[in-house]
Amino acid sequence: MTSTATAPPSTAAIQARGLSRHYGRVRAVDDVSFAIPTGTICGLLGRNGAGKSTVMQLVTGQEFPSSGEVLLDGEHPVENARVLSRVAFIKESQKYPDDFRPKHVLAAAPSFFEHWDADFAARLVDEFRLPVNTRIKKLSRGQLSSIGVIVGLAARAPITLLDEPYLGLDAVARQLFYDTLLADYAAHPRTILLSTHLIDEVADLLEHVLVIDDGRIIIDAAADDLRGRAMTVVGREGEVEAFVRGRTVLHRDRLGSIASVTVDDVTAADRAAATAAGLELGAVSLQQLIVRSTTVDDSTGTAA
Amino acid sequence: MDESRPIFLQIAELIESEILAGALLEGMQAPSTTEIAAFHRINPATALKGVTLLVDEGILVKRRGIGMFVADGARDRILARRRATFDDDFVTPILAEAAAIGIDPDQLIDRIRKAAPR
Repeated sequence: MTSTATAPPSTAAIQARGLSRHYGRVRAVDDVSFAIPTGTICGLLGRNGAGKSTVMQLVTGQEFPSSGEVLLDGEHPVENARVLSRVAFIKESQKYPDDFRPKHVLAAAPSFFEHWDADFAARLVDEFRLPVNTRIKKLSRGQLSSIGVIVGLAARAPITLLDEPYLGLDAVARQLFYDTLLADYAAHPRTILLSTHLIDEVADLLEHVLVIDDGRIIIDAAADDLRGRAMTVVGREGEVEAFVRGRTVLHRDRLGSIASVTVDDVTAADRAAATAAGLELGAVSLQQLIVRSTTVDDSTGTAA
Repeated sequence: MDESRPIFLQIAELIESEILAGALLEGMQAPSTTEIAAFHRINPATALKGVTLLVDEGILVKRRGIGMFVADGARDRILARRRATFDDDFVTPILAEAAAIGIDPDQLIDRIRKAAPR
């Protein structure tokens, strides 16, 4: 029975433990721990400069942690060819040699990615209308992004990291990316970590959400659990204030005698109570929840 | 999708509504989670969670290797449950709004009679 005894315990695709990266006094990533289950699409969300790109560079072994560790399928990534051959990392600001054209990138890709699907890549080149023979220097920001998107999808890497993959892509191309990502993920399940600030657009695609702010993880939850976690209560100021007393207030607005207050950690009983009190309830989107959670809001008297 | 509620619950309700409307008949194959995910542009795992909920409730049955099918008696079970929650879901809110704008229950009943198609 040695075969069953040696089976490794199931591990997260990406696991960070006490991970930190400091640049002098700047704590770009500060004591971060999380686990991304194998085979999920996870969003890494946060403001510019929050630490998203640094987390991705640490995960892919391109940066060294100041302390803590990161494991991919249970192994350290730094200079670990066996692990890194299963990883595709599409960077926001990928640099290419000066005389490169997109066709050169696509020709080189199979030597980096063992699951590379050239037919799929060719189809994506058509759909994204990428001019493969133009010098990369001459491409628009959107066309540059589409190279990354095509490589990231056609690589079919078991662990795929996409860092702001679609800067400059228009709405049609972004929708094409979302639809292609979902279809290809369904046919070829893999672990995908996607960083973006277009939160409303990707909210429904995500199974798990990590929100990073100021180098720290402030939300680590299943995407569906975050829906309905916060609500906005609208009504006469006195009644609204009475209802929200003692709750986590994320935001306050006022219009004359009407107050609109966003509160976190809401239960079904809270909703019923608010309705019974004659207050109007408004839904809070994932984007609004994150905006409210990562903004220092003077009206609540605390750094929310 | 409604921002205030989990997507998997909304997926389950949509499938139930199709069964109620007769678009999905008992014994018919239900859409696959991949089809549901692509159509609604949602995560396939979330679509699966919605379908699994309906399997647990006996609305859908799984036939291994083929897919999901609408269970016998599914329509009656959905009807019974929706009728049981109808007062909370619809009657209570309309009574509250009627009271807020000065329509008493008798007047409300008259209005419903007038508005109902004959």
